[in-house]
Amino acid sequence: MHWWLPTAASTFAGPIDGLFLAILIITGIALVIVEVGLVWFSVKYRARPGRKAFYTHGSTRAEVIWTSIPAVTVVALGIVSNHYWVQIKGRDSVPPNAYGIGVHVKQFEWQITYPGPDGKLGTGDDFTLRNQLHVPVDQPIVVHLTSEDVIHSFFIPQFRIKQDAVPGLTINAWFQATKTGEYEIGCAELCGMGHYKMRARVFVHTPEEFTAWMAQQAAGGTQ
Amino acid sequence: MTSVAHAAPAHGGAHHAPMSFWRKYIFSTDHKIIGIQFLFVSLFFLLLGGLLAMQIRWQLGFPGQPLPGGGILPESMTSGGVILPEYYIQLVTMHGTFMVFFAIMPLLMGVYANFLIPLKIGTHDMAFPRLNMWSFWLAFTAGLIMLAGFFVPDGAARAGWTMYAPLSARPDLSGATYGQILWCISIVVLGLSSVLGSVNYITTVINHRAPGMTWFRMPLSVWALFITAILAVLALPVLQGAAIMLLFDQTIGTHFFDPIAGGQALLWQHLFWFFGHPEVYILILPAMGMVSDIIANGSRKPIFGYHSMVFAIVGIAFLGWIVWGHHMFMSGMNPTLGSTFMVSTLLISVPSAIKVFNWLGTMWRGNLRFTVPMLNAVGFVSMFTIGGLSGVFMAATPVDMHIHDTYFIVAHLHYVLFGGSLFALFAAIPYWYPKMFGRMMSEPIGKVHFFLTFIFYNMTFFPMHIIGMGGQMRRIYDPTIYDFLKPQQPLNVFISLSAFALFAVQILFAINFLWSLKFGKKAPQNPWEDNGLEWSLPNPAPHGNWERTPNVYRGPYEFSSPEAGSADFLPQNLKLPSDRDPVPATLPAGH
Repeated sequence: MHWWLPTAASTFAGPIDGLFLAILIITGIALVIVEVGLVWFSVKYRARPGRKAFYTHGSTRAEVIWTSIPAVTVVALGIVSNHYWVQIKGRDSVPPNAYGIGVHVKQFEWQITYPGPDGKLGTGDDFTLRNQLHVPVDQPIVVHLTSEDVIHSFFIPQFRIKQDAVPGLTINAWFQATKTGEYEIGCAELCGMGHYKMRARVFVHTPEEFTAWMAQQAAGGTQ
Repeated sequence: MTSVAHAAPAHGGAHHAPMSFWRKYIFSTDHKIIGIQFLFVSLFFLLLGGLLAMQIRWQLGFPGQPLPGGGILPESMTSGGVILPEYYIQLVTMHGTFMVFFAIMPLLMGVYANFLIPLKIGTHDMAFPRLNMWSFWLAFTAGLIMLAGFFVPDGAARAGWTMYAPLSARPDLSGATYGQILWCISIVVLGLSSVLGSVNYITTVINHRAPGMTWFRMPLSVWALFITAILAVLALPVLQGAAIMLLFDQTIGTHFFDPIAGGQALLWQHLFWFFGHPEVYILILPAMGMVSDIIANGSRKPIFGYHSMVFAIVGIAFLGWIVWGHHMFMSGMNPTLGSTFMVSTLLISVPSAIKVFNWLGTMWRGNLRFTVPMLNAVGFVSMFTIGGLSGVFMAATPVDMHIHDTYFIVAHLHYVLFGGSLFALFAAIPYWYPKMFGRMMSEPIGKVHFFLTFIFYNMTFFPMHIIGMGGQMRRIYDPTIYDFLKPQQPLNVFISLSAFALFAVQILFAINFLWSLKFGKKAPQNPWEDNGLEWSLPNPAPHGNWERTPNVYRGPYEFSSPEAGSADFLPQNLKLPSDRDPVPATLPAGH
């Protein structure tokens, strides 16, 4: 059984998980205040014979306090979140040295196009694999997401990355894996009756392994 | 129209000529009967939505195993009793659609805006009683059209209740032709019903308040219903327009939403959520309003910070228009726009916090009577708080990147809609039941129902946060085919079993509701010792409500006022020696 976020295997996981924890603590405090208050008042002020409620219409001071504290907290949270958001998803966030991979999605498969040994997409040595994403570790990767038919969503939980693939648009999403191993892509947007089985494998290789794999694929020819 | 409403006081409400059964109960123009019609129909759809949810939970807990009783379903839905993937996505689509559009929304607006507004502001009926009748029958027709989806070839709509295009726009991609078309037609008809209803509520509140019922003497339930009606009248037409465009895409190849011939897939999402987010507040504001009334009553104290509560309702309603983009953080929308929507979304937690703290403030130093309505109202505050706070996670865009479209969202929305809206309804239904039917619902059964519902509800929905954090995507037919989801399957089984228990407990509510219609204890005139104008009438309230329009001398929450003497409540229409009669400001002179 797994009770927390999945294994963290990309550079995004640090800030995202940190922010998750920070929000959990802040909201946790608020939750405890409210729930303890509810239970405490329910017991302490329960109706008993001869008791009369305290007649008041409120307190401006209390209103100011419980308006301003949440307001300041959420604005601060917004500023911090936006700092990471710009780094992760901002329009200029894709690192210049990112390794480009084409991901074309259709009902119900992922067609993944690699740049081949020359490292450039759109040249003759490109090749395409179905439902297999191979990437080198510690290297920024940018996937150029396109969709053939309906909206799908590219989701790798361990990398904390999610990006919809929208027909008619090419959307660049980047990530950098930090741990070698095998992961899965799931489709996070309902895309039809095969939505649930739109699964692809992700292989994170060491740079040497990746180069060797690439050479082997190139030698085997495009499929 | 006004002559209809205003002629009534002169003739006296109770002295109308006897009407035929059809005029009185079927094609009625009485706001109370229409409210009760909405109540029965929406409870039916609530039950239906629940039955669909049970099938969803069976499949998620026990994928690939034959659904008990699944043999009675046709082969297009099940194979050897096992739910098919194409039926599963119909289930999730129609569960969401029925619950949002045909259960929660009409339960709050159709039932309580209709029933409560005239009674609480002291008038004889709605401003436009015939429009009101149309509003019900259109909603009923829309429900039947939606239901028909299950009986046409290829089955019901299957693109999610959010109907994301181009999946919803192209029968060749969704696999359903007629179901998708019926969905669009039904939504257009339902939208018309909501607009007619809302125009009526707005007009009635503005024009038909009893003398002395100033804006800031209105109960918070009326405030909330009034503001919600404004939201509905502005939001529903956007959805109707979008649904008509979608209908044209499906049938005559307009390609508004399909990029294959110049359309824009994201246009649907902008239109849908421009409606959809105000809709979220349509589904919670009336609940907040009614809970405010019930908590003040149960605490025997004036509502804490009445004006803040009103401004918080208005604030939520205003901010509700500028947060729709938070449903689209991962859609490929300009990320800078995402930053803007994040800020507006985070800000909406401020008025929500104000409301929660004022409810707490109301209970503070009160004299709390834990009747069934009060228990459910306190349950509402406690559960809405969880739902509100879990919203902060997805408002923070980087965190949303992981939890978007996972079960974390499913947990969040059910904490707001079930923990929020439905608990508020479990408070409101027994609270105003005597006013509707002249009898009380059973308190002991109600208490057992509350505690069991509260426990199983949390057992069902809280673990969804955890499987969502683990990454389980929404609307997937079988989580066990993913390596990263397999380890959390035991929790899915746990959720399913809890959900079955939660559903079973609702039988108590159904029995209590139906049994009390005939055998409930006769209700005294003011069973909750409340100040609202509705309790100055006999139970059930007669056709036409008051013989003479009541005068209003004070706000609705004067519980435990020193002026009340030995009682701990002071009805709005009770004239004390120091009170002067109000000038009828809201009614035209010489009526």
